[in-house]
Amino acid sequence: MKEKLVVIGNGMAGMRTVEELLQIAPEKFDITVFGAEPYGNYNRILLSPVLAGEKTINDIMLNDLQWYEENNITLHKGVKVTGIDRKKCKVTADNDLVVDYDRLLIATGSDPFIIPVPGHELPGVISFRDIHDVDLMLDAAKTKKHAVVIGGGLLGLEAANGLMKQGMSVTVVHLMDWLMERQMDEVSGAMLKKSLEEKGMQFMLKASTSEITGDGKVQGVKFTDGSELAADLVVMAVGIRPNISLAKQVGLHCERGIVVNDTMQTFDPKIYSVGECVQHRGSTYGLVAPLFEMAKVCANHLAAYGIGIYKGSITSTKLKVTGIDLFSAGDFMGNETTEDIVVRDAKRGIYKKIVINDDKIAGAVLYGDTIDGAWYFQLMREKTNIRDIRDQLMFGQAHLGDSGHGGNVVANMSDDAEICGCNGVCKGDIVNAITSKGLFTLEDVRAHTKASSSCGSCTGLVEQLLESTLGGDYSVPEAKPLCACTEHTHDYVREEIRKQHLTSIPDVYKSLNWKSEDGCASCRMALNYYLLSTWPKEYSDDPQSRFINERAHANIQKDGTYSVIPRMWGGMTTPNELRAIADVAEKFGLETVHVTGGQRIGLYGVKKENLPTVWKDLNDRGLVSGHAYGKALRTVKTCVGREWCRFGTQDSTAIGIKLEKMTWGSWMPHKFKMAASGCPRNCAEATIKDFGVVCVDSGYELHIGGNGGVKVRATDLLCKVNTEEEVLEYCAAFVQLYREQARYLERTAPWIERVGFSYVKESVVDNAEKRKELAARFKISQEENETQDDPWKMRSTDGRDQAQFIPLKVVG
Amino acid sequence: MTDWIEVGQLNDIPKLGSRVIKTLNGDIAVFRNSQDEVFALRDACPHKQGPLSQGIVHGKSVTCPLHNWKISLENGEALGPDEGCTGVYAVKLEGEKIFLNLNN
Repeated sequence: MKEKLVVIGNGMAGMRTVEELLQIAPEKFDITVFGAEPYGNYNRILLSPVLAGEKTINDIMLNDLQWYEENNITLHKGVKVTGIDRKKCKVTADNDLVVDYDRLLIATGSDPFIIPVPGHELPGVISFRDIHDVDLMLDAAKTKKHAVVIGGGLLGLEAANGLMKQGMSVTVVHLMDWLMERQMDEVSGAMLKKSLEEKGMQFMLKASTSEITGDGKVQGVKFTDGSELAADLVVMAVGIRPNISLAKQVGLHCERGIVVNDTMQTFDPKIYSVGECVQHRGSTYGLVAPLFEMAKVCANHLAAYGIGIYKGSITSTKLKVTGIDLFSAGDFMGNETTEDIVVRDAKRGIYKKIVINDDKIAGAVLYGDTIDGAWYFQLMREKTNIRDIRDQLMFGQAHLGDSGHGGNVVANMSDDAEICGCNGVCKGDIVNAITSKGLFTLEDVRAHTKASSSCGSCTGLVEQLLESTLGGDYSVPEAKPLCACTEHTHDYVREEIRKQHLTSIPDVYKSLNWKSEDGCASCRMALNYYLLSTWPKEYSDDPQSRFINERAHANIQKDGTYSVIPRMWGGMTTPNELRAIADVAEKFGLETVHVTGGQRIGLYGVKKENLPTVWKDLNDRGLVSGHAYGKALRTVKTCVGREWCRFGTQDSTAIGIKLEKMTWGSWMPHKFKMAASGCPRNCAEATIKDFGVVCVDSGYELHIGGNGGVKVRATDLLCKVNTEEEVLEYCAAFVQLYREQARYLERTAPWIERVGFSYVKESVVDNAEKRKELAARFKISQEENETQDDPWKMRSTDGRDQAQFIPLKVVG
Repeated sequence: MTDWIEVGQLNDIPKLGSRVIKTLNGDIAVFRNSQDEVFALRDACPHKQGPLSQGIVHGKSVTCPLHNWKISLENGEALGPDEGCTGVYAVKLEGEKIFLNLNN
């Protein structure tokens, strides 16, 4: 028989937990949900746009009644739980219903705080918390004129904005010196006030309410200084309190909230709690992002997987008032041990302040231009050392060598503006999916719309859309799991492979509690690479955990045929090689012959069964695999250098060939491209390669971390060396550092931006001993696993791995 | 006419791999999962006809090599938010021998 799970609270936190649970253990529980409100589960954070008339209630439903039916969940809506018998494991509701539980989840959320001044119970005094409150406000706006909103925080300003949109004249009354003091500093708070005043909102700051006046209904608000305001609607939005009355009543340990441990368990081990009602490590939360992180952990433990702990959340804030861009996160006020960088342009209405502590971002407040909020937030959460980018930090991510899609302000785009150029997804499609399907994460948007799921260059734009649509409730998880099969991050998995000496994919699944039996298309490829690069002598490659291109040693094309690209060392070829390629093209009827960007020639349209014969013909004339299909060393582009060129300073072609001979065949986290130019004119474009050499009269400049693809990034100059031997040693050390430390599918450019250029320089240049060790490890890995045996020859002449090239059977 | 055709041995297909049966009506992909269960689908993803036989097999599904759609090996349907379905063929194991039924 199934166990019984009872959920008290039909809000976002409770239902997100149930959704997570249904995903990982759909058969484990009979689920009963009690909800005090008479609706399904709706997106509470979008109540402000409903009040402002920008959305309807239907737009913000997350789980309609049908969803509960489809998932066999018993929903008691409009029913309040009045008691819990913890000994007998039963809950009692106000309609006398009694339900048994094996596990109980309390997700009672929070209540608005009402200041207990005289008159606070008068009709016309309302809070801003649920659909009922919004209905009351919309109703009032139809007949009444003057609204006073008490509370100049996030919620109060959103309520005031909504009421103003509904045609009321609104005054915001705030106790403090400036608006949103918990999210803004004085300067940005004043700018916000000015923008809102321009929209018609009125303010009374430093105003303490003493009484709400009226006879049978609200007529005005009185203040401690004796002043008075007329009002026929008063909205109290001074804060929220965790709703812990039920938990307290049944003896669960509560402080400000229901106290839970890192697995979201209360002091009664059968009772879990998530959401705004909990207190975790001393903190309570009132935003959605932390609730979702809690839900994930809680579901995992309810499903008895027993992994994953909640470590608390760092949150950021955005105000959902159309036309006002505001972002804040972390310690944005700073103190005597921190440093500020501030940009202030009153004319453009822009203010940005970043607080830095020990070379890391401690907090940020942005006003007027919040495009880089997500980026600062990410740097802050990942505790990235910003020393190397400090001089460019304030200008935003777009200025970090990004000439791709950077600099677009997504909020200003029209709905039909194309965001994802790969899959043709427009802004309107994405915003629609976010609101109508209740999406909260980048992964959700990728799955539902395909935006950002191909090349990923629009990821930043999609994240901005999530942020502008959801406000502060969108946030990237602090530590992204490697894939849905595990809770662990890339870095953790890799570290454990090393520490626990795991040498096979099944070993990893077992030791690290993989959730799926044989992984998925994402993690298998990553694990195969991590094992291969960590244990080059012990691990034997798993072809079924390689993407088809690496399994077939050719690139699959859209019609299921393949391309064949032989290596041309350092971009050099011979009449004999060209003849061989021409002969193969004619023999196999390959009409598309293309000169690639990496100085070689590609043959297109090869049927899979013909690959071994094509390779044999090429092998016979001295050509080998170019690994154009692999997360591997691709090409070394060169110019002709001093052999021919009147400007050439060194033999760039020879150095290119030597680099290619040294590194070819090596598997990498992602593709890896090199180039060698004979002089600073840089005809081989070495400064947009993963590793580039620019020859100068006195030696060789070494450049790293360039990229000419999705996001153009010029290299960082690593150092200058004097001899070819040094070029090779530094190159080997750099490649090995990248192979050992970058995450699977991370190019050198984002890797360097993540770990910091200084770190790479210290490892490869400053520390000679470390450099030599890295280079030595690279040499070992190149000698193992047949790395530098031509994979084409093995599969043509040597008859290896033939099954995949021939049909199992031909019928008819 | 007997419906079941012997197409090969279980060990002809690598674990978590696939092989192709060529027929007059197009290719069929025969899959073997980690539990040594076999499945057969039309070798064309419902999305853009990618050859599923070249994908990555995990659990009871295969990820298409062209655009990462996940297809159920049991009923040929696209999993997750994607929508579409590819043809399923009956396939069975008798001892080590694999039999395929072309009347889908």
